[in-house]
Amino acid sequence: MSADSNPGNHTTEHTNPTADGRELIRFDKVTKRFGDNTVLDNLDFTVAAGKHVTLIGPSGSGKTTILRLLMTLLKVDEGTIRVDGDYLTHEEKGGKLVPAGERHTREVRKKIGMVFQQFNLFPNMKVLRNIMEAPVHVLGLGKDEAEQRARELLDLVGLGDRCDAYPTQLSGGQQQRVAIARALAMRPQVLLLDEVTSALDPELVAGVLDVLRDIAHTTDITMLCVTHEMNFARDISDDVLMFDAGRVIESGSPDKIFSDPEHERTREFLSAVL
Amino acid sequence: MSELTWGLWQLLLSGAWVTVQLTVYSAALGAVVAFGIGIARTHRLWIVRFLSGLYMEIFRGTSALVLMFWLFFVLPVAFGWQLLPLWAAVLALGLSYGAYGSEVVRGAVAAVSPAQREAGVALSFTPAQQLRKIIIPQAWPEMIPPFNNLLIELLKGTALVSIMGVGDIAFGASLIRNATGQSAPVYTIILLMYFVLAFVLTRGMRVVERHAKAGIGQAPPDSGSGLLGKLSLRRQTAVTGDATSAGGI
Amino acid sequence: MEWDWSKVGDFMPAFRDGVLVTLQALLLGSLIAFGLGLVWALAQRSELKAVRWPVTVFTEFVRNTPLLVQLFFLYYVLPEWGVTFSALTTGVIGLGLHYSTYTAEVYRAGIDGVPRGQWEAAKALSLPRTRTWGAVILPQAIRRVVPALGNYVVAMLKDSPMIATIGVLEMLGEARQFGSQTFVMTEPITIVGIAFILIAYPASLLMRALERRLVR
Repeated sequence: MSADSNPGNHTTEHTNPTADGRELIRFDKVTKRFGDNTVLDNLDFTVAAGKHVTLIGPSGSGKTTILRLLMTLLKVDEGTIRVDGDYLTHEEKGGKLVPAGERHTREVRKKIGMVFQQFNLFPNMKVLRNIMEAPVHVLGLGKDEAEQRARELLDLVGLGDRCDAYPTQLSGGQQQRVAIARALAMRPQVLLLDEVTSALDPELVAGVLDVLRDIAHTTDITMLCVTHEMNFARDISDDVLMFDAGRVIESGSPDKIFSDPEHERTREFLSAVL
Repeated sequence: MSELTWGLWQLLLSGAWVTVQLTVYSAALGAVVAFGIGIARTHRLWIVRFLSGLYMEIFRGTSALVLMFWLFFVLPVAFGWQLLPLWAAVLALGLSYGAYGSEVVRGAVAAVSPAQREAGVALSFTPAQQLRKIIIPQAWPEMIPPFNNLLIELLKGTALVSIMGVGDIAFGASLIRNATGQSAPVYTIILLMYFVLAFVLTRGMRVVERHAKAGIGQAPPDSGSGLLGKLSLRRQTAVTGDATSAGGI
Repeated sequence: MEWDWSKVGDFMPAFRDGVLVTLQALLLGSLIAFGLGLVWALAQRSELKAVRWPVTVFTEFVRNTPLLVQLFFLYYVLPEWGVTFSALTTGVIGLGLHYSTYTAEVYRAGIDGVPRGQWEAAKALSLPRTRTWGAVILPQAIRRVVPALGNYVVAMLKDSPMIATIGVLEMLGEARQFGSQTFVMTEPITIVGIAFILIAYPASLLMRALERRLVR
């Protein structure tokens, strides 16, 4: 598409590690296909530690695919992904890159947390246990410590009184706030947010976004966010990447992208969603 | 008509106890097989899936009675070790009903939303932890109604052991028929005994199901309305997919 | 493990007879199960309590008690009441009756699965009861349940060796008789076991294929 005439494959402006952060996520020439459909085309991009980056673009442009590749829910066809310097699904052996084992991948992946569109809470566990389960059984935290952390996080998301509820007894907005707490309980360096308000009734969206704004402004966690909430994106983002047809066609500060987009496709897209 | 004396009643009651034991042991073995094979069939290595699938096809394809004969008559000759009739029976019933059960386990595991597994990946659970903490607890309540049907089939299947001379209810009945020369009373009585056992099993499984569903925050199932509903010992599963409840297939 | 092919050869004539008897019992048993099951299913939908109740009680009872004991009941009790059948006939009746209580459930589910709009359309056209059932509901219901019925035929096949216990010389019965005459058990029982797998596996594959085609 129009990306041909544009330096879409170039790393974006924040590529060079800035003073406040090292490079936390790096995609090198990543290609992902579903059958004949190339969803990501030779994609390069990086995210510096502590930054909040929002991916926007028409549906099918590959935004969610990026998050799912980072979480290893999908496999990269070509190229590599590095998290905090470590290859996610590869290992260096004798100077060569070889596919890494499950154990290596899991270690690297522990630095990443994810919040899903459909919450994906575990219906067989009460709220508190949903949050405690992974810290106890993956990180090896003591029960008491994990519980204390879980309660603090529940307070943070405004659900301190719903510890003993089952997920099915909560509204969608409450479930999503629990899911945010669950992801944070693993103390990830990066939080992936995959259209976290798309499955919510309109009146519940604000509560979830408020929690995320709060987290964005009070912690130094890195965020990689796919959303259709443009106001939210403007509020929290350091950088906005505009995707189209598997490439980044434009990137920059939210002010620049939302107020003065350079690319025709970006203008079209924004006028359609704003 | 010669009366059923107390001694003959005792014969039937001790037979009932043997039937209960057989059912419990075979169900325990069957459950181990069902979970082992059922989970193996969802394994990521094709060879594991193939071998477990082969097991299921062979043991579902064979007749429990023929398998029992084989274990009882051929195994000792062929391999030189003689199983007690009771254990040959438990082995035959457990292995074949376990094969049916594996299909129940596989189906219920496959029915858990893939998003749940993804959430497990996102929290860095190992595959084994995902299975144990997330998938199985959610699949378990779905397994109970078909397991109930299988359990009743298993109970009915235990009657086969009487042919091998194991002293269960049906064996007691044939002794009594020989002793009294009367068939109608004793066969009516033991059919009723089997029915009562099946009824008790079903009630028990309903309780288990209620607990399991409450354990994942779901509403309890309605426990059949009215007397006719209570009498219905089988749970409806899918419209035509009720294959696992049959004595065979 | 010793395996004697000459024993296999000796067993073959009896085995062939046994296969024929098994298939005969299976065919006749299936016909009874299909017909009687439909009767039970329709009776359970009757508006008369006096019909619905006894049929439900009877089918639940038969379905939840062992076929083996039912065979003994038919074989030993019926003659006491002055009704005498051959062993094979008794076996066929037992198999058919037992499995009719399963097929009744299959029909019932199939009938329940016909969309309500079909009943309403039949009513809107003022079709008489017999046409509603015969031309609208049952054809749709039965198409959907053919694979499930087939699965019960396979199940019946695997229960059929039980009729050997009342003296029918089907496959297992022939094997037992051969064993008691020659004191050779290994070959006949193994052959019978393999024969069941060889018949049952393709049959259940067929049913799965039918299920994909018919249940849409």
